[in-house]
Amino acid sequence: MVSIDVWNASVDFPIFDAKSRSLKKLALGKVGGKIGSEGRVPIIEALHDITLSLKDGDRVGLVGHNGAGKSTLLRLLAGIYEPTRGHSRIVGKVAPVFDLGVGMDPEISGYENIMIRGLFLGMTRKQMEKRVDDIAEFTELGDYLQMPLRTYSTGMRVRLALGVVTSINPEILLLDEGIGAVDAAFMAKARDRLKDLVARSGLLVFANHSDEFLAEFCDTAIWMDEGHVKMHGGLREVLTSYKGFDPFERMHEHNPTPVLSGNGGD
Amino acid sequence: MQATSTLDHPEAPPAVKSRSFKRAFADVREAWDHRELWGHLGWQDIKQRYRRSVIGPLWITISMGTTALALGLLYSVLFKTDVATFLPYVTVGFIVWNFIVGCVTEGTDVFIANEGLIKHLPAPITVHVMRMVWRQVLFLLHNLVVYAVVLAIFFGSLSGEYRIGENSPLQPGLSWTIVLAIPGFVLLAVNAVWVSLLFGVISTRFRDIPPVVNSFINLVFFMTPIVWDAGVLNRVTGGGDGDWRMLIAELNPVYHFVEIVRAPLLGHVVDWHHWAIVGGFTVFGWFAALVILRNYRARVSYWV
Repeated sequence: MVSIDVWNASVDFPIFDAKSRSLKKLALGKVGGKIGSEGRVPIIEALHDITLSLKDGDRVGLVGHNGAGKSTLLRLLAGIYEPTRGHSRIVGKVAPVFDLGVGMDPEISGYENIMIRGLFLGMTRKQMEKRVDDIAEFTELGDYLQMPLRTYSTGMRVRLALGVVTSINPEILLLDEGIGAVDAAFMAKARDRLKDLVARSGLLVFANHSDEFLAEFCDTAIWMDEGHVKMHGGLREVLTSYKGFDPFERMHEHNPTPVLSGNGGD
Repeated sequence: MQATSTLDHPEAPPAVKSRSFKRAFADVREAWDHRELWGHLGWQDIKQRYRRSVIGPLWITISMGTTALALGLLYSVLFKTDVATFLPYVTVGFIVWNFIVGCVTEGTDVFIANEGLIKHLPAPITVHVMRMVWRQVLFLLHNLVVYAVVLAIFFGSLSGEYRIGENSPLQPGLSWTIVLAIPGFVLLAVNAVWVSLLFGVISTRFRDIPPVVNSFINLVFFMTPIVWDAGVLNRVTGGGDGDWRMLIAELNPVYHFVEIVRAPLLGHVVDWHHWAIVGGFTVFGWFAALVILRNYRARVSYWV
C-alpha cells in the first residue's frame, strides 16, 4: 500500500557562514561561553509543522508563491530531507523530477544519463536496457541520445527526465515546476503517459503554476504559504482561495468540455 | 486551516526513528543492494576522466609506472640498495599508498562533491562512498599492470631469499603467500569505506577538515615506510627491538595497512601483528562510523 504520512514535521536549514562552519569557533565557543547569539547557527525554517497523509490514488497539486516551501515539501515527501522535528513515513517507490540541471551529468551522453537515473530510482541495468528504446522513442531524441547532455536544450532535458520516470512505473511521482519547459506537442504526448501512470501507480504530487496542468492531473491541492500548509482540500476550492477567483470558470469558456473529472475533496 | 485529510490520519508516529542504529545499518545495507548503481557510476567516473584523451585510462598506468621507476631508482641509489629488490618494493608500496591516499582525500570530499545528487535523488548516502571506493579500486587495478611488469622483470631476484637492505630481515621470497594479498586488500577496502563515511560526514559539517587532511597526508607519506624500508630503522637503532625509534613505523597505522597488502605481493615475511592491528582498526572504525551514521546520516542532505 503506497502512502506518505507526515506528522508535525519541520524542516530547518542551518545556515553556516564561513565562520561558524569551522571547528575553531565551536571549540572556542565551548570554552568561552556564549556571547549573545554569537556562535549560534542561524536557521531558516523552510517548513513548519506539516501534517499530511497521502495515499493510493491521491493526485495533489501544490500551489504557493515562490519561496513558500513547495520544493522543500517535495523533497520531504521524497525522503531526501528527513524532518528536523516530527516524523515522516514514506511507503512506496519514489520517482522525483526536480531541478533538471542537477542530478544529470552534462559530460556524458543522454543514453548514459537515462541509465544512471534509472539505477538511482531502483532499477537494474537489464531493466533499463529494455526500456531505453521505449524512452528514445517517447522523447523523440533519436541520435541525440548519443550526444553529451551539455548539448541539450532545457526542453530536451525535461523530455529525458520525463521519459525515464514515466517508463519505470514508480509508485510515488513527485514533479516540480520545471517540466513546463517542453513544447505543446510533447506536452500532449506526455500528458497521456502521465495520466496513464497516475491511474496505475497511485500517488502524484505536482507543483505547478498553470491552472490547466493542475486541472488535468490533480483532484486535490495543497496551498503552501511561508512553510505552512495554508489549505488542503479539493483542487477547485484551494485554487479559488489562492487566486481569489475561480479559475475553472474562465477555463470552461475556452474549453467547453468539462476539464475537471472530479472534485476529490467531496 | 489544517488539512481536511488529517481527519483519517493515523494517530501514532512511526515506530522507526530517524536516529537509530537500525536506520544506520539499513543505509549501509541498501547501499550494498544498489551495487549495480555505484558499480556503474565508478566505471563512468574513470571513462569520464579520460573521455577525450587518446590513450584513455592507460594514463593511470603510465603515470604510476613513471613514478615508481623514478622513485625506485632514486631511493635505491640514495640508500645504496639493490635496484632489483628495491624497485619492486617502492612500486608496490606506492600502488597501495595511492589507493589509501585516494580514499582518504576523496573521502573527505565525498558528500560535498555529490551535493547535486544528494539533494535531487533519494538514495542511501553510503552509495556515494561505495562509488568513490570502487573508483579507487579500479584505479588500483590499472596500477597492478605496473606491478605485473615489475614482477616479470625482477622475478629472478624476488623468487629466492633476499634482503632489501643490509640491515633488513631476510625475506623468504615469493611463494603461495601471495594470495594473502587478496584478503589483505579486501580488508583495506572495507576500512576505506568507514574512513570515508566518518570523514565524509564530519567534513560536510566542518569544511576545515578537507584542507587539514590534504596537507597532513603528505607528511604521512614521508613517515610511512614506502620509499624507505623499515629495515633502515634497524640500522639506526642497531637492531634493538625496544628502541623508541622503531615506534616511528609501528605507531603509524598506515604502515600496517600498507604492509598487509605489500608483504605478500613481494614475498616478504607475513607478520601477523599487522593483521591484528588492522583488524582492531576495522572493528573500532566501523563502530565509530556507525555511530556517526546513526546521529548525522539524515543531516547530510541539510549540510551539503
